[in-house]
Amino acid sequence: MIRFLIGKLAYLIPTFIGITVVAFGFVRLLPGDPVLLMAGERGISPERHAELSAQLGFDRPIVVQYLDFVMGIFQGDFGTSLATRRPVLGEFLTLFPATMELAICAIILATLIGIPLGVFAAIKRGSAFDQISMGAALVGYSMPIFWWGLLLIILFSGILGWTPVSGRIDFLYFFPNGTGFMLIDSLMSGQKGAFASALSHLILPSIVLATIPMAVIARQSRSAMLEVLSEDYVRTARAKGMSAWRVVGVHALRNAMIPVITTIGLQIGVMMAGAILTETIFSWPGVGKWMIDSISRRDYPSVQGGLLLIAGIVMIVNLIVDLLYGIINPRIRHS
Amino acid sequence: MTATVKPQSERARVLREFWFYFSENRGAVIGLAVFLALIFVAIFAPLLAPHDPIQQYRDFLLAPPSWQEGGASQFLLGTDAVGRDVLSRLIFGARQSLIIGCVVVFIALVGGIILGLVAGFFGGWVDTVIMRVMDVILAFPSLLLALVMVAILGPGLMNAMIAIAIVLQPHFARLTRAAVMAEKNKEYVMAARVAGAGRFRLMVRTILPNCMGPLIVQGTLSFSNAVLDAAALGFLGMGAQPPIPEWGTMLAEAREFILSAWWVVTFPGLAILITVLAINLVGDGLRDALDPKLKRS
Repeated sequence: MIRFLIGKLAYLIPTFIGITVVAFGFVRLLPGDPVLLMAGERGISPERHAELSAQLGFDRPIVVQYLDFVMGIFQGDFGTSLATRRPVLGEFLTLFPATMELAICAIILATLIGIPLGVFAAIKRGSAFDQISMGAALVGYSMPIFWWGLLLIILFSGILGWTPVSGRIDFLYFFPNGTGFMLIDSLMSGQKGAFASALSHLILPSIVLATIPMAVIARQSRSAMLEVLSEDYVRTARAKGMSAWRVVGVHALRNAMIPVITTIGLQIGVMMAGAILTETIFSWPGVGKWMIDSISRRDYPSVQGGLLLIAGIVMIVNLIVDLLYGIINPRIRHS
Repeated sequence: MTATVKPQSERARVLREFWFYFSENRGAVIGLAVFLALIFVAIFAPLLAPHDPIQQYRDFLLAPPSWQEGGASQFLLGTDAVGRDVLSRLIFGARQSLIIGCVVVFIALVGGIILGLVAGFFGGWVDTVIMRVMDVILAFPSLLLALVMVAILGPGLMNAMIAIAIVLQPHFARLTRAAVMAEKNKEYVMAARVAGAGRFRLMVRTILPNCMGPLIVQGTLSFSNAVLDAAALGFLGMGAQPPIPEWGTMLAEAREFILSAWWVVTFPGLAILITVLAINLVGDGLRDALDPKLKRS
C-alpha cells in the first residue's frame, strides 16, 4: 500500500510543477505590458506603475520570479489581490466554504438519486423505467446548466415563489461566521427560521450543480451494474435460489460500485467548472463567482492564485479517489 | 438463368455494417435527423430567417411570442429587449454553434492526433513530456482554463474556440497514444516496416486508420462539449460578443428579463439543449456501432 501511495505521489510532482508553470505563465503571457493591462482603460500613473511592477516582481529575471513564486506557495503566499489589497489565500479561504457547502450538497444529491436510478434501470433493463430514466439522464448530461438555473428561478422563484432567487441566507439573519458552512452556522446560531432560510437558498443551486454529475453517475451505475449482473458469480447466486434483492444487494451492488466511486470522485473537477456558472446565476458568494469577478476586473493576482488553488484541490481530490480505488480494489493496488 | 453479382467493395460493406449497428439505436437515428436538420437550418439561415438577426424593431421591444396576448404576428417567437426577432437570431445562432463545433473539433482532433501519434510512436522522454503536459491541462477544470485563456487572448468567438480546443485536445492525444501503443507492435505494422515504410508513413497511413473508431466517438462528444462550453463562455460575457446571434450570448443578454419575459430566456436555452442532446445521441449510437465489444457477432 505504501509503495502504491509513494508511486501516486511521485506521479503528482510533474503535474504540480506544470500547474505552477501555467499559473505563473498566465500573467506573463498577456500580450503587452501586464501592469498596464491590469490597470485597464482608466490608465495608471508612472509611480503606481513602478510600484505595481515591483510588487508583482516584474522587474526581476523570469527564473528568479518563478522560483520566488513557488517558494511563496510553500509559505502560503499566493499573492495580493489588486482589488481588495488582501492576501489571495485569505480571500480564497473565506469564500471556499460556500463553494464546498454547495458542492457537498450537490454531490450528495447526485449520488442519492443517480445510483438508485442507474441500478434500477439495469435491473429492469429494457423496461419503460429504464428507457425513461436513461433518457432523462441523457437530457441531464446535455443540459446547459446556466439555462437550467434560469428556468428553475423562473418556475420556483418567479411563478411559485417557493425559493429565493439569490444569495445564501435572508438579510434578516446575522450571526458570526463560524464554520463558513451556512447550514451549520445557522443551526448553531439558534435563530428561529435561519436554518430554513439557508436551506431554501441552497436547494436550487444544488439541483443545478448536481444535474450533470447525477446524469453521469446514473449512466455509469447502470453500465457497471449490467456488467456485474452478467458475471458468473451472480448467475451462481441466482442458481442457488437467492432472492433477486439479495443477489443485487449483497453480490452485485458492492462490485458494481467500484467504478462508480471513481466516477463520483472525477465529478469534483466537473463541479468546480459548474460552480463558476451556478454561483454566477445565483449570486452565490463562492470561489467560482470570485474567479469570474476577478477576471472581469482584471485582478490577475487573484486569478493566478485562484487558478492554482482550484487546480491543486482537484489534483488532491483525484489523488484521494485513486487511493480509495486502490483500497477498495486490491487488483489495482498490486498491478 | 445467370445473375451477375458485382463484387462489393470493402468500403461499402463496412459502411453497410456500420449503418446496420447504428440504426439499431433509435435514439441515435433521431439525433442524426435533428442534427441534419440543424445543418440545413444553418446553411440556409438567410433564406429561412424571417428578419435580419441584428435589425432592431424599436416599436416591438420585448414583444411576446405571436400566440400570446400582446404578441405580433410577424415575430413568431417574440422579440428581445432591443426589438430583435428571437426566431431569426436562433436560426443564425445555429450557424455559430455548428461553426464552433466544427472548428473546435478540427483543431483539437488534429492537434491531439499529432501529439498522440508522436508520443505513442516514439515513446521515451518524448512520450513522457507530451503526456505530462496533457495531464497538466486535464488538472484544471475545463471551463476555468478556457475562461483564463480567453482572459489572456481577449474575449471573442475565435479566441473562445481556440481556448476550448486546447482544453479538449488532451482527450484526443490520450486516445491516439493508447491506440498507437496497442497497434504499433502488431504484425501488419511490422510488415509495413519491413517493406520499407518510413516513420511518417507508418504513423499516418498504417497505424492511424486503425485508431479512428474511438477518435470519431470522442470527436462527437467534443462537438457537444464545444457547443456547451462556447455557450457558457458567451453567457459569462467571454465568448461571442453582441450583436452576434450566439445562443449563450443571447441568454446572457436575457438574464435581467427572466421574470418578466420568459421567451427571451427559454428559446435560446432550448436550442442549445436540443443541439447538444442530438449530438450526444449520435455519439451514443456511434459508440455502440464502432465498439466491437458491443456488436453481436
